[in-house]
Amino acid sequence: MRALQELSRALGAPRAGLLMRVLPPALYVGRARMLVLRASRVSRNIWIMILSGVCEPLFFLVAMGQGLGGLVGAVVGPAGQQLSYAAFIAPGLLAASAMNGAVYDTTYSVFFKLKYAKLYDAVLATPLGPMDIALGEIIWALIRGGMYSAGFLMIMLVTGLISSPWAVLALPVALFVTFAFASVGMAATSFMRSWQDFGLVQLAVLPMFLFSDTFVPLSVYSPAAQWLTQASPLYHAVTLLRDLTTGAIGWSMLGHGAYLLVMTAAGILVASGRLKALLLH
Amino acid sequence: MTAHGIAEPGSRALSGWQAMLRVVEGLWIWYRRNWRATAVSNVAQPLLYLAAFGVGFGGLIDASPHAAQATGGVPYLLYLAPALLTVSAVQNATFESTYPIFSAFRSQRTYWGITATPITPAQLVTGQLVGIALRLTVSATAYVLVIAPFGAIRGPGVLAALVFAVLCGMAFSAPLMALAAAWKKGRTPFAAISRFVVLPMVLFSGTFFPVSQLPRAVQALVRISPLWHGTELARGAALGTLRLWPAAGHLAYLTALLAVGVLLSRWRFRVRLTP
Amino acid sequence: MSDSLVQARGLRKWFGALEAVHGIDFDVQAGEVFGFLGPNGAGKSSTMRMIGCVSPRSAGELQVLGMDPDTDGPWIRSRLGVVPQQDNLDLELSVQDNLHVYGRYFGISRAAVRAKAVELLDFVQLTDRAADPVEQLSGGMKRRLTIARSLVNEPELMLLDEPTTGLDPQARHLLWDRLFQLKQQGVTLIITTHYMDEAEQLCDRLVVMDGGLIVAEGSPRELIARYATREVLELRLRPGARNGWDETLKDVADRVEELPDRLLLYASDGEAALAAAHQRGVQPVSSLIRRSTLEDVFLRLTGRSLVD
Repeated sequence: MRALQELSRALGAPRAGLLMRVLPPALYVGRARMLVLRASRVSRNIWIMILSGVCEPLFFLVAMGQGLGGLVGAVVGPAGQQLSYAAFIAPGLLAASAMNGAVYDTTYSVFFKLKYAKLYDAVLATPLGPMDIALGEIIWALIRGGMYSAGFLMIMLVTGLISSPWAVLALPVALFVTFAFASVGMAATSFMRSWQDFGLVQLAVLPMFLFSDTFVPLSVYSPAAQWLTQASPLYHAVTLLRDLTTGAIGWSMLGHGAYLLVMTAAGILVASGRLKALLLH
Repeated sequence: MTAHGIAEPGSRALSGWQAMLRVVEGLWIWYRRNWRATAVSNVAQPLLYLAAFGVGFGGLIDASPHAAQATGGVPYLLYLAPALLTVSAVQNATFESTYPIFSAFRSQRTYWGITATPITPAQLVTGQLVGIALRLTVSATAYVLVIAPFGAIRGPGVLAALVFAVLCGMAFSAPLMALAAAWKKGRTPFAAISRFVVLPMVLFSGTFFPVSQLPRAVQALVRISPLWHGTELARGAALGTLRLWPAAGHLAYLTALLAVGVLLSRWRFRVRLTP
Repeated sequence: MSDSLVQARGLRKWFGALEAVHGIDFDVQAGEVFGFLGPNGAGKSSTMRMIGCVSPRSAGELQVLGMDPDTDGPWIRSRLGVVPQQDNLDLELSVQDNLHVYGRYFGISRAAVRAKAVELLDFVQLTDRAADPVEQLSGGMKRRLTIARSLVNEPELMLLDEPTTGLDPQARHLLWDRLFQLKQQGVTLIITTHYMDEAEQLCDRLVVMDGGLIVAEGSPRELIARYATREVLELRLRPGARNGWDETLKDVADRVEELPDRLLLYASDGEAALAAAHQRGVQPVSSLIRRSTLEDVFLRLTGRSLVD
């Protein structure tokens, strides 16, 4: 628990300095880490938390990798090599679970605290501002996402699904993916009016989860469908991570990274523009 | 009975049938206004899964020699379609019989409103379960209607598959409803149930691949899963491969689970509402 | 003027087309208990949220602790204690963790906040519930915990929005007692309420709001003197008895109000008014003479019809 709090401080503190100069104090007083502290108090048992986060992609990996893999046999990897189906979907599941976790933490969870638990009303009565809240929630999503990703990468390593030392970069990339989806999730939440709107979140996330080269190799689709798939942000996350775990390093990775970077920036821009209207009315 | 259907003093309050219909009517009025919220997850989810795994991927599987052996030579799309029907019924049933029930007891307290009328807790249970069954039927029918033009079904057997899928959903729904009615604490176990019970059930009950792909020990475990029984029934009915005795066994298992669930729910509702 | 903690001039708040506060002026002096009275929708809570720097004003001037909420919100809030209308305790945390975490939002050191939590839990009589989840507390206990939480930063100014609504008499009196203690320690309190007895008990000075405007201002005693008489005579009439008594009794009392089942006569001497009413042929089923209260003032100023 203590380690978690130390980590949250390390993550929260250096951000404070730069943002404090850019943002007006009515929005941000540099205490985002206090929200992380709150979140860490709530989730008392980290091990249970990690376990539950790792379990979901693990179930998919075992079922699909073992069961479906037995039917499919090998598939073609990013560098043209033969890849077991499990080794193909593992990085996809890593990216998808980073997405799912980040989206959950910044949509459902934030919306609940905003509209039902009235948690942020209580926080805003203290010196903290809307940006402290948004950053605090995003940092917490990163901490959680980081732990899930690390856990899942360990499993991949132990079960021999990693075939390249470049995979050491998979953890920071997974964190980056979490951050990208967290910022977009936060922006989306600022438009939510009721629970009914979450049907739309699902409608965005589920097709991405299923069609972004996660389970099904891109090559089986028609050119039009391939083009559509490549527009999905998760596709770029999956491809980046698969390139790293299978060692297919190339310049195209910069393109995937740039896509996610633009998405992150757009998310932050929209979210920070709307937070004030959302929280202070 | 008077013209308004109000019981006269001394006569038996309400027949179970009438009471059940009134509960269902109340649920239906709510559903009519709010169906959009769940339409996406209830109908779009199985369709998306079918499109992802059945369509493009199906070609890859059908081309593999192992696959034909495991699926009995059936094209993968046809193999998968009835299983996703059952999966979807179970997933919807899980949601419908946990959070809304919990909230009707706890935050919204609507059940106390209902049982303050002549309706008894046992009648409320029946009405609520019938309401859930209706919603499962609506979603399942929508799914079948959408997939039919794409050649994902083989014939009228799919209607029996639909009934089996709803039965399977209800066999899972009734015991969960008892749990939701018994749960009084704020932190609910429902997220854990869908993550640690429903998800593995969906993935390992022969939905995407035959159970024979799994290690023997796991295969034995799969037999506990109501979803496996439901999938066997639905797939058998849809493909016309159902045999009498295994079918009777699956039906007996699901019916027993449903019956136990109904009894448990009646008990928990009664204890909670008329202490 | 310089020692007023809150100063508003022409303060307005609108939400789209809906104007909640129509331009109000008021001053809250250091050390006093200041009340906002008014029916639902009068603009009390909107005003409180503007003072609490969580709702930007639409127009007018507002100074809180000598600063401008628009630019100095964080510094103002660090010296405020806020008790919102509905408890917004952190239901996922224990009683003491609510205080610890909240204290940390104010930047109070861990050691200091731990010590403060012990002191505050004792102050609101929740020491033996410290480790319990908030969920298990009764309504009155939650309210007390919210008050304890609002005190964690030793505020100079407290904003209490309907602090005792929904509490049983025991819990109300315990809360009043704690609020008196705070006042004696020099804390300034701003309270909204629609309990007249609460306003009479607690407030040094109050304003009555209606439809987004201040319709009266003064101490409870002054308001009663200005808008009501010393006593009120209530005559309960037989159902279906003839009406129009207010004409007959016009000169018996300062003001006569005719309700479906009752006549209210506002007079300085209730006994004399009763005798005069008997003389003029009023035959009530029962009669009651009581002192005027703020409730009479309130109903006179804001009317008897429901506002929703």
